[in-house]
Amino acid sequence: MQHYSGFGLLKHSFSHHENWQRVWRNPTPKKKYDVIIVGGGGHGLATAYYLAKQFGVTNVAVIEKGFLGGGNTARNTTIVRSNYLWDESAHLYEHAMKLWEGLSQDLNYNVMFSQRGCLNLGHTLQDMRDIERRVNANRLNGIDGEVLDAKQVNEIVPILDCSGNARYPVMGASWQPRAGVARHDAVAWGFARGADMHGVDLIQQTEVVDFIIEDGTVTGVKTDRYGDIMADKVGCVVAGHSGYMAAKAGFELPLESHPLQALVSEPIKPILDTVVMSNHVHGYASQSDKGDLVIGAGIDSYVGYGQRGSYPTIEHTIQAIVEMFPIFSRVRMNRQWGGIVDTCPDACPIISKTPVKNLFFNCGWGTGGFKATPGSGHVFAASLAKGEMHEMAEPFSMFRFHNGALIDEHGAAGVAH
Amino acid sequence: MFYIYCPYCGEHREEEEFHNQGQAHIERPADPDSCSDEEWGNYMFFRKNPRGLHHEIWVHAAGCRKFFNVTRHTVTYEIKEVYKMGEQPKVVAE
Repeated sequence: MQHYSGFGLLKHSFSHHENWQRVWRNPTPKKKYDVIIVGGGGHGLATAYYLAKQFGVTNVAVIEKGFLGGGNTARNTTIVRSNYLWDESAHLYEHAMKLWEGLSQDLNYNVMFSQRGCLNLGHTLQDMRDIERRVNANRLNGIDGEVLDAKQVNEIVPILDCSGNARYPVMGASWQPRAGVARHDAVAWGFARGADMHGVDLIQQTEVVDFIIEDGTVTGVKTDRYGDIMADKVGCVVAGHSGYMAAKAGFELPLESHPLQALVSEPIKPILDTVVMSNHVHGYASQSDKGDLVIGAGIDSYVGYGQRGSYPTIEHTIQAIVEMFPIFSRVRMNRQWGGIVDTCPDACPIISKTPVKNLFFNCGWGTGGFKATPGSGHVFAASLAKGEMHEMAEPFSMFRFHNGALIDEHGAAGVAH
Repeated sequence: MFYIYCPYCGEHREEEEFHNQGQAHIERPADPDSCSDEEWGNYMFFRKNPRGLHHEIWVHAAGCRKFFNVTRHTVTYEIKEVYKMGEQPKVVAE
C-alpha cells in the first residue's frame, strides 16, 4: 500500500492524479477468522485497526451491511472533547483524546483534527456550580479545563451575545482548549485504510443476519451474501441496531433508539473559530472548514428508527442558536438530517462481555460516540485480543444495570440528553 | 411531525402540545423488597426498543395535562391507535 506524503502528491500531479491506488481491497471472505467485527462504522473500523496493528491479531474481518462509515459516523457533528465528570468516563474519553492528538500521523491519513477548543456555556447559578465541579473533576484527572466568566467567554467568541439582554444571559462557561473537531469521513476512511493495510478484510454490502451459537458460545455469523463465516470471537459494534442484534443472540440490552438531528447552513466566511455548546438553551454550533455552520439538536423524546426527527426539535434548537448568536439570524440552512442513536439510561456506553461466550458488544454511545472513536476502538480491540475486558472498559459492563454501578453522565454528555 | 388525537380533549393537536413519556404498561413489582437484583434492574432500566409497533405513554402537557397511551410504528412513525390509561391496546405486534 502506498504511503501518502507531500512528495507523493507532487509525483501524482504529473500524471493528473489518475494513477492513485485503490485505498482498500474488496476481498471475498475466508471461511474462518480469529475475530469478526460486525459493523463497519468508525468504532468498528478503529477496533479492527488496533487489533491488527497493536495487538497482532490480523486474521480479522469487518462485516458491514451498507458501506463503510455510512451510519452515524457520516451523520454526527464531529465534536471531540474529553471533559466528562466521572473518573471512569473521563479516563476513557481522555484516552481517546490522546489518540486523536497523534491520529493523522499514526494513520498516515489526514483526519483534519483541529483543536480549536470547546465552550460549554452556563446560564444559571446552578449551571455555573455544575461547571465548576466538572472542571475541578477534570483537572484532578489531568484533563485541561478552565472556568470562565461571561467577559472571558466574550473575548473568545465576540459574536456570542453575552449581554444581560438575552432571554437566558450567559454567566460563564467551561473551556477545554484541547477539544475540537475532526473530519468525520476521513476518520472512518483512515481507520479502514489502516486496517486493510494490516491485513484486515473489509466486507461491505453484506448483512449479518444471525449469530451461530453452540452451547452458549458464539462460533460465527450467518450472512446474507456469503453464508456462514466462522470466528473464534465476535465483536458487535452496530450502534442503533444493537438491541436488534442482541435479540438475535438471545439477550436484552437497556438501550433505546432515538432520532437525533443536525443541520448545516450555507457556507459563510470564517466567523466562529471554536465550538460553542449550551445544555441549558439546548443548542450547539461550530463552523466547518468549508464555512458552513454545523448545528446539533437534542434527541427526540420518542423511540424511532426512521432516521428523521420532528420539526419542533429543530425549531427549538434554531431558537437557541439565534438567541446566542443574533448575527446568524439571516443565515440560510442548507441541509437537515437525522441519525439513530442508541441511548443508555446512564448516558454512558456499553463495552462488555455478554451472556454469550466470546461475543462482545460495544454500543450505547448515544449522542456522543464520535469523540471516543479511537479510544473505544483501542480498548475494545484490547479486550477482544485478550478475551478479557480492558481495565478502562471494565466499568462499562452491561451488567452494571443489575449490580447498580451506573456512571451518570447526563450532565457532561451534553446537549442531547 | 405528529398530529396526535387526545382521547380526553377529543381533538387532534400538534405534537408540540405533547410529551412522550416512554414505554407503556410497565408494572411496578408488587413486592419490591423481594426482587432479585436482576428483576429490579430489568424493571428500572430495560425498555422495549422495537423496530415496529410500540405502545407508549404521551401526556397532553400543554392541554388537558392528562396521560394516555399510543400505539405507534417506530419506523414509519404512523400512529395506529390512541387509548386511555387502564385500557389495553387493540393493535398489537404479531
